[in-house]
Amino acid sequence: MLSASLFAAFAFMTALAVMAVLWPLSRQKVARASGEADLAVYRDQIAELSRDAAAGRLPPEQAAAARVEVARRMLAAEGAASDVSLGSGRRRRIAAAVALVFIPLLGAGLYLRLGSPALPDMPLASRLAAPPDGTDVAILVRRVEDHLAANPGDGRGYELLAPVYLKLGRTDDAVRAYGQVIALLGATAERQAALGEALVVRNEGVVGTDAARAFQSALDLDPTMAKARYFLGLAAEQDGRRQDAATLWGQMVKEAPPNAPWLPMVRAALARITPPGVSSPAPGPSAQDMADAAALTQQQRGAMIQGMVDRLQDRLNADPKDLDGWLRLARAWHVLGDDGKARAALQSARTTFAGDAEAAVRIDAAANEIGGR
Amino acid sequence: MIAEIGQYALILALVLALVQTVLPAWGARTGDATLMSVATPVAYILFLFVGSAFAALVALYLTSDFSVVNVVDNSHSRMPTIYKITSTWGNHEGSMLLWVLVLALFGALVALFGGNLPERLKANVLAVQGSIAVAFLLFILFTSNPFLRIVPPPAEGADLNPVLQDPGLAIHPPLLYLGYVGLSISFAFAMAALMEGRIDAAWARWVRPWTLAAWVFLTLGIAMGSYWAYYELGWGGWWFWDPVENASLMPWLSATALLHSAVVMEKRDALKVWTVLLAILSFSLSLIGTFLVRSGVLTSVHAFATDPARGVFILVILSVFVGGGLALFALRAGELKQGGLFAPVSREGALVLNNLFLTAATAAVFVGTLYPLALEAVTGDKITVGPPFFNLTFGGLMLPLVFAMPFGPLLAWKRGDLPGVAQRLMVAAGIAVVAAVVTAAAEDRGPVLAPVVLGIAVFVMLGALTDLAERAGVGRVSARVNLRRIVGLPRSAFGTALAHFGIGVCLIGIVCESSWSLEKIAAMRVGETITIGAHDLTLTRMENRTGPNFHARVAVFGIREGGVSQGEVVSGKRLFTARQMATTESGIRTFGFSQLYVAIGDETPDGQVSVRMTWKPLVTLIWLGTVVMAMGGLLSLADRRLRVGAPKPARRRVSPVPAE
Repeated sequence: MLSASLFAAFAFMTALAVMAVLWPLSRQKVARASGEADLAVYRDQIAELSRDAAAGRLPPEQAAAARVEVARRMLAAEGAASDVSLGSGRRRRIAAAVALVFIPLLGAGLYLRLGSPALPDMPLASRLAAPPDGTDVAILVRRVEDHLAANPGDGRGYELLAPVYLKLGRTDDAVRAYGQVIALLGATAERQAALGEALVVRNEGVVGTDAARAFQSALDLDPTMAKARYFLGLAAEQDGRRQDAATLWGQMVKEAPPNAPWLPMVRAALARITPPGVSSPAPGPSAQDMADAAALTQQQRGAMIQGMVDRLQDRLNADPKDLDGWLRLARAWHVLGDDGKARAALQSARTTFAGDAEAAVRIDAAANEIGGR
Repeated sequence: MIAEIGQYALILALVLALVQTVLPAWGARTGDATLMSVATPVAYILFLFVGSAFAALVALYLTSDFSVVNVVDNSHSRMPTIYKITSTWGNHEGSMLLWVLVLALFGALVALFGGNLPERLKANVLAVQGSIAVAFLLFILFTSNPFLRIVPPPAEGADLNPVLQDPGLAIHPPLLYLGYVGLSISFAFAMAALMEGRIDAAWARWVRPWTLAAWVFLTLGIAMGSYWAYYELGWGGWWFWDPVENASLMPWLSATALLHSAVVMEKRDALKVWTVLLAILSFSLSLIGTFLVRSGVLTSVHAFATDPARGVFILVILSVFVGGGLALFALRAGELKQGGLFAPVSREGALVLNNLFLTAATAAVFVGTLYPLALEAVTGDKITVGPPFFNLTFGGLMLPLVFAMPFGPLLAWKRGDLPGVAQRLMVAAGIAVVAAVVTAAAEDRGPVLAPVVLGIAVFVMLGALTDLAERAGVGRVSARVNLRRIVGLPRSAFGTALAHFGIGVCLIGIVCESSWSLEKIAAMRVGETITIGAHDLTLTRMENRTGPNFHARVAVFGIREGGVSQGEVVSGKRLFTARQMATTESGIRTFGFSQLYVAIGDETPDGQVSVRMTWKPLVTLIWLGTVVMAMGGLLSLADRRLRVGAPKPARRRVSPVPAE
């Protein structure tokens, strides 16, 4: 809590404040007549008039008139009696009691509310000079940053820093650091996946195209990379391709070593997207549809998918206020290879949701995806 | 430990301010000399505590203690030391602490130099000062505490607003606050007089030096702010009629009126009630200025604090002191004895005229500044009252005032002789007319009125000199007597002449800059030359520079005049990395009293950079004039007559206000 030196300082300061009040109270003040100060001013004014007149700076008649006026004020001031008394003992005792009780109590009370007595000073220089014991994370980060500012080619430094940034919530810095790691040390599956994860965190949990690209690169380097596979599954789920997600995650569960630390998480994700008998918020093909589709020939399957897309199209034409629907439709057309219809769907969405900034952003993102792939 | 000691010092300051408000006022009410005498030591210790708190905050900034939120928000460990110090008050919390520091300083000075004040007056004055300190310390501790801590502390701060990373921040706010807060003394004196229901000629002599000191600081502070905006904001304007500028101009106008009416009161025992009202208004306008800037009701460079809770708190402070002051005035003003009759044409009459014009000008600025805010609050409409309004109303009021200025000091007290004075000003007027005609003939550009205003400015300057010459009796007595009289003149006479002369100087600068500036805007490549007036500017090179916490891209221009090289001028843009904010650094070269002002804009990928250059004739006179005015104020302040009041007239020279 309160260190001894701090307590001593507080005690000294409080004593000073109390003394500032008690000291004048202890002395009997000899009152001056209140008119005396005024008279001094007038006497000086008369002296000044005489000097000015003698030096020729003031015409004699003006000087005389002014002197008469000052003299008149002087007489008035002399008439005023002093009404200032020595002071009563009772009032002094009250004032002294107030000083003794009120100053320390109010001071301490306010300090307890506003102060942080347990916190020592933390000047930057001494924090930087302290032995690195891992308690001051901000300083550890800063040390590495300072080192990197001097040695910008040290990829290992960035590799150390990036996960810390992510933990501290400095996601922009984390993404930048992972980018540096890959640029300086070269890409590995782990690094690409870590970059992708940082991008997802920055994007508040949504797997964007940039993140998906990073995960894809990770899988290109190491097809068994669990983190990349999991997130690509998540991307599929977020795109509305639940079956793809289920396939991916199902495969992961099947191939997983029994003690894989990520296994429970993937299982949970799998369970999330295949809840029996619960209608999902993004209506996809029903289990029956899928079972049927599996049993059909390539051509028939195409026709069935086409039919589903047409149904979606009809539904949206009837009730256009469904942004997710439009975006799903656009993606579907894109997957089916008809980018013209995909763009038309986005155009309809744009017209329907004109003036909605959030919708516009999502539509633009979808348009980019379609144009980019 | 430093941070906690600062915090506790600030708390004890609040407690002592409460004591300073209650005990002396109680003593004054009951006529208890002992209780009243508490005010003096408490005022000293209050200053000591506020000073310690301020010193603690400076120390925290210097050591970059990022466990203090205020330091984290406004500092950067790589800033130069000078900016680490100035960023202490380059933010809302710190600047309020500076405000209270200045307030406590003035309180301690009243305690120190008020030994010859009537006890009751001194006690009441310090009590009123104490109550202002209470209000602002409560405000600081509960809405703007600069000593709040943060755990865990970050390792780097967010940097000071780049616009404020300038030596101007070291000078401008402290000067301005010395002015603003200095007016609290005249306010406290006015309130004390109203509380006692007693006011006399001697009162004016005590109020005047304090008002004068505040006025000098306010003058310099405003001028400094104007010059800062001129070179830092990068578009070469020196006055924008921005509400924040107006906020400082209003108390200045009002304080100027107060200075002059206090003279009448001191010399002639007249205009008492009016002087008291002006003292209340001047400080009220300071408070309004603080409110406008601090509450964030305006959005401009200065309003770096935006928080409704603070705004409401300041509004309460404002209504308590302004409303309370005016209410007390309405209740008690009738009890103040009037005295001193004078003819309309007299020194008093001239000073009344001065007061009328100055208050009308204050009202014009007040309306122009607050009307848009009021309208927005009532109807939600946003309007801007711009320079046309202010130039017309303010200019229209100031020109006749300035023209009448040379007459005032030449008129005698009580009954003046206007034709006689006019006769004595004939020489000055003659030269002024010649100056105006010559200017009109030489300059075919600019507004028609400009040579007229220039003539008035010359008239004002020569009129001030005429005043001195008249007092010395030039032309009436021998040269030796002239000299002796000049030497014997009171310093306040020189002060008046100098201050009035300064207004003329300032006016010349304003007219020349606003009427005859030359401006060119061009897209330039390295090697290209542009001619402006008599100067040729060549863009010699573009280069990158690195500062402690910024990167800069600068353009270096060579200046030639008539083929002769005149050196270089450098303008650039700075990008401050921590805040990702850019500032423009204008390049300024001074030739005599005129300046060449260069500011660069954006650079295109193909190497073209937009350049704005202006030739500003005699522009520095604007600020030099204000410095001359302030010098006049200082001279007047050093006048022996202002130090009267000691039971025995002192022979020693003691300055009423020690070096700040």
